[in-house]
Parts: sequence; structure tokens; C-alpha cells
Amino acid sequence: MWCGIDIGASTAKAVILDGDILSKIIIPSGFDTKKTAGDVFNKVLQVANITEDDIEYTVATGYGRIMVPMASKTVTEITCHARGASFLDSMVRTVIDIGGQDSKGIALENGKVQDFVMNDKCAAGTGRFLEVMANALEVELEELGALSLESQEKVSISSTCTVFAESEVISYKNQGKKKEDIIAGVHEAIASRIYAMVNQIPVRDKIMITGGVALNKGVVQALEMKIGKSVVVPEDPQIVGALGAALRARENNM
Amino acid sequence: MKKLHTYQDLKKLVGSHYMQAKTAQFFNQKIAWVSSGAPVELLRPFDVITVYPENHSSICGAAKQGPEFCEAAEAEGYSRDLCSYFRCDRGSTLLQTSPIGGLPDPDFLYGCSNICGTILKWYEICSRHFDVPFLFVDTPFVHSEVHEHSVEYVVEQLEGFIPVLESLTGREFDDEKFEKTLYLSKDCVELWKEVLLFGAHKPSPLTCFDAFTQLAAIVSLRGTEEAITHYNAVKEELQERVEKGMGAVDDEQIRLLWDNIPIWYAMRKLSEIFEEHNACLVADTYTNAWASADIDTGNPMESLARNYLEIYLNISMDLMLERIVDLIHTFDVDGMVMHSNRSCKPYSLGQYDLARRIKEETGIPVLIIEADMVDSRSYAEAQIKTRIEAFLESLGG
Repeated sequence: MWCGIDIGASTAKAVILDGDILSKIIIPSGFDTKKTAGDVFNKVLQVANITEDDIEYTVATGYGRIMVPMASKTVTEITCHARGASFLDSMVRTVIDIGGQDSKGIALENGKVQDFVMNDKCAAGTGRFLEVMANALEVELEELGALSLESQEKVSISSTCTVFAESEVISYKNQGKKKEDIIAGVHEAIASRIYAMVNQIPVRDKIMITGGVALNKGVVQALEMKIGKSVVVPEDPQIVGALGAALRARENNM
Repeated sequence: MKKLHTYQDLKKLVGSHYMQAKTAQFFNQKIAWVSSGAPVELLRPFDVITVYPENHSSICGAAKQGPEFCEAAEAEGYSRDLCSYFRCDRGSTLLQTSPIGGLPDPDFLYGCSNICGTILKWYEICSRHFDVPFLFVDTPFVHSEVHEHSVEYVVEQLEGFIPVLESLTGREFDDEKFEKTLYLSKDCVELWKEVLLFGAHKPSPLTCFDAFTQLAAIVSLRGTEEAITHYNAVKEELQERVEKGMGAVDDEQIRLLWDNIPIWYAMRKLSEIFEEHNACLVADTYTNAWASADIDTGNPMESLARNYLEIYLNISMDLMLERIVDLIHTFDVDGMVMHSNRSCKPYSLGQYDLARRIKEETGIPVLIIEADMVDSRSYAEAQIKTRIEAFLESLGG
């Protein structure tokens, strides 16, 4: 069996692969990356009801990839998301991954990375943007998606910067705008930023959205509007990187 | 990365050059601060000691002192958006220190517009600070070809400097010495070109990181015997490596071309990332910018003008593309890495368009990373590492 571990900025993910996905787990990333890696590894073994000895090869990915002691190899999240996405759906040619710390667009050709683009030194267009706005609006991160779908008259957020966009949100709040409308505006803002970025690579059907933000239906819908095409969201968008790492582990070991 | 033995010789050469500069006054020699693209050959017959603030700033950058000096300049009111070579130089002047104890004060300044517009303002500031004259060469931008009127314009300026230099140095202009300098300069440039062309071997015996350090002599000591002796030694060492089949990177799998000024403070870390993936940066547009000189000694002033008009940063994007495509073919590379350098606007503007056109014309993939040559505050290590690794993974490394 093979294991993939993805240590992201907000969450750590692990997948164990046999013929198919045997077990998967998501936990919050702690301050101590090595401990987080140990925790996520032990938990995914527990869920699969196997021991460390059953694992033949482990690959680590994500920003914390070099701090994963049980991994024999590290691979970047770009390669892993591409691999994981094309395993889930071989027709995927564009992956848009929106994580806690960064977002990226990946163009695929026969399951291989042809080109990619990432956000640079800016939190706008990442999960952090949504966290800041959820906090300013006093709603749970998980509630954002459903609330935004109830919007009747969405507001427009013009600032590119997260900090300035937050000020805009606060001023809308003080103008008495509805929460739903502000959230819909926030989603459109993040979608615009991501669209402007991924447009640098060829965006071709099928498009898959991965990462934690893919769980937010409002963002997904706003992105579809911007791109002008429908997108697919896998059942568990957060584990795609870890799945890709597990697939790389299997390929490496065969 | 296997360091070249001749790296030690270069360190000595550059060290003694700065030493000489610091003792120039005892030998009745004048010191000029010179911009990297200025036609320095004109100064050699006057026995002027030339120092390069840009080279000095790169030394500060490599010593990881960039932010300290940049902040000193920013505290004086200069924007963080300005060139970090300028800010570093300014900061070093203000703080009166640097890894080599600061540059010796100039007797005059000699700059040329062919690398950027910043030079003009930068040297004006120095001119006011040290109360010394500033000789400025204006080189019109080359859109498609070098116009005769541009050549005449530059020649006129250069000839006009001769009496000025005679009075500044108290030495007379000597035609023979000038011609000899041009020969030396031409030989030196040709040798440098040969050194860089070793990168076309498979595996390549050198990486662009070697070229970045070895560049110091062609920039600062062009037109001198010492530079020629040094590059002959480098050539010999590279030839030995080729004969032994020894690559600069073990088991070279991926060959790459680098664009823009090096990220001086991150050279080691970057070279390690590439090496771990068996990737070798076999050539770069930066050091190749000093590898062409077509000197017609029958018409020295004119060919000097022509050469300095055509340097890499003074030509249009179409001409840049031609040179890049030529490098891609000569060095047979699999991909290109572009450093989008926050400091250097003339070098970085248009990179996204260039990248697209390179992909269209040659089919090779291009990676763009954002950083700064000296100011490490504009460098995000983990993000850059991820980008480079993902790029190398996509190339099969």
C-alpha cells in the first residue's frame, strides 16, 4: 500500500492507496509540522486499520513537505494536484486549486503538467481572503457558500488587496447592507482574482476545482460565471493533493 | 555544484583591483565610477582606475547586506520601488561601509544611458554628493537597427570627452594606447564568449552561477591584460572538465537558460534546488550580454559607439527575442527560467510577452519567478522553491 501526505497552510491531508483509495483524513495543520505529519499519518493508518509496515512508499507534498519524516520523497503540490485530478477524472485538462495560502491554475496534457500559474506574495484569491471576510462578517467559514446563494443584490468589492477589501466590507456593513449581499460580493471578488490569474494558462474543458475553497458553492458558482464554463468539484476536493502524492508513491515504487 | 578552481583566482583579481582603487591617490591615478554599459575603453588610455557601483552592489547583495543598505537609502527618502543597485550604493555611501569597506570616493563619474534611465539620476545624485563632474553618454534606443545618425551622435559625445578627460587626469590622449585597449577589449570579449560557449557541451562543464561570478572581470577589467590572463585560465579548466566528461551538475538531465540579473543573495540555495533535480542552467542572457564586440580598429570610435548602442538592454523586444532564440538553439536547452526582477525595469518589462513568444517560436516552456537582485525583502523562498520544483518535475526531473 502507498501513502500520500499533503501538509498545507491550513490543513494536513493523508490518503492511503491500495487499488483505490483505502482511507483518507483531514486535520488542521498545527504549529509543529513534524507533529502534524505524525498525527495525520497515524490517523490515516488507523482509519485503514493497517500499520506503518504495510506502507511500501510515502510521498509528501504541500508547503510542509520537507518536514515529513516518514516520506521517502517530496513532490510539489502542482504535480500532485494534477496527478490526483486526472486520476479522479481522466478528462480533466485544467485544475484550479484554491488553498488556504495560495491558489494555482494547472494546464494538463495527458495527465501531465503542461503549464501552471500561482498567486504571488498576495493573500487575495486564497482561502485566507475568505477567512478574513468571514471573521469581519461574524459568520463561520463553512456558512459563506450557502448564505451567498441567497443574495438578491450583491455588492461590488473593488480593492485587490485583502486588507483594503476588508475595510470595504466593514463600510458596507456600516451602510446596513445585507450579509448575504456582501458575501456574494466577496465571492465575486475572489473569483475575479482567480480568473485573472488562471487565464494566463489555457483554460480548457474539463475544469476541476480542488482545495478547501472548492467546498464553498458561492465561490464555485462565481468562478463558473467568470470563466463562462461549468466546472467539476470532486467529492472530496481537499484530498486531491494527498491522493496525487499517494499515486506518485505507487508509481515510484513499481 | 562543483566550484571552479579559477574562482579563487577571480577573487584575488577582484580583490587586488579594489585594493589598487583604494591606493590610487598614491600613484597619481584618478578614480572613475562607471556604469556597467559605459564605453570604458575610452578611459583606459588615461590610466584611470575604474570602479563599478553596480558590481559593488552585487557584492553587498551576495554578502546579504542588501536590505541594510537599501533601508538606509529609503530612510533618506528614496522609494523602495527604485533600483536596489542604486539604493544599495546610496546606503553604502551614507553608512560609509560595505563588505569591502565601501568604494573609494570618485574623482569623476562616467555613465551611459544604454542600460537604463536610472543611471542618469543615480550619477547626478553622486555628482552632487561628491561634488565631482559627471560624463554622461546618451545612447538612443535601438528599435530595429542602429541608425547612422545615432552612431554619429555617440561618436561626437565620446570625442567631446577627450579634452575633458585630458584636463581631469592631466594626461594626454594617446591614439596608440587607445587602439591597444580596443584590441585587448576585443580579445577579452572573445575569450569570454568562448568561456560561455563551453555551456553548449553535454554535460555542461559550467552553470550560469559560475558565469555570474566570473563576470566580474569582464565588467570591471575589460580592456586589461589581467582579464585576458584570467579567462585563459578559466578556459583551460573548462577544457579539462570537458575532456574528462565532467559536468558542473552530476548526471545532467535538464538543460536550462536563465534570464535577467542573478538573485545575488540566493545563489547557493537556487543552485542547490536545480542540482537536486539534475538540472543545469547552462547559459543566461545576462552574462552573454558582454559576449559580443565587433571592433573595427580602423574606425575605433565608431565601432565603440556601435557596440555600446547594441547592448542587450538598449534594443527592442523583437531583437531581444532573436537573441534569446539564438541562445536556446546554441545551448540546446529544454526550458527557460526568467527572473522578473523588481529592481530592473528595462530587463523585466515585457517578460510575460517574451515568454509567450518563446513558447510559440521554440516550443520550450518558460517559468517566471518574482524576486529582486539585491533586496531580499522581495524574495519568498518557499514559493520560489515550489515553482522551480514544479517546473522541473514537469520537465521530467
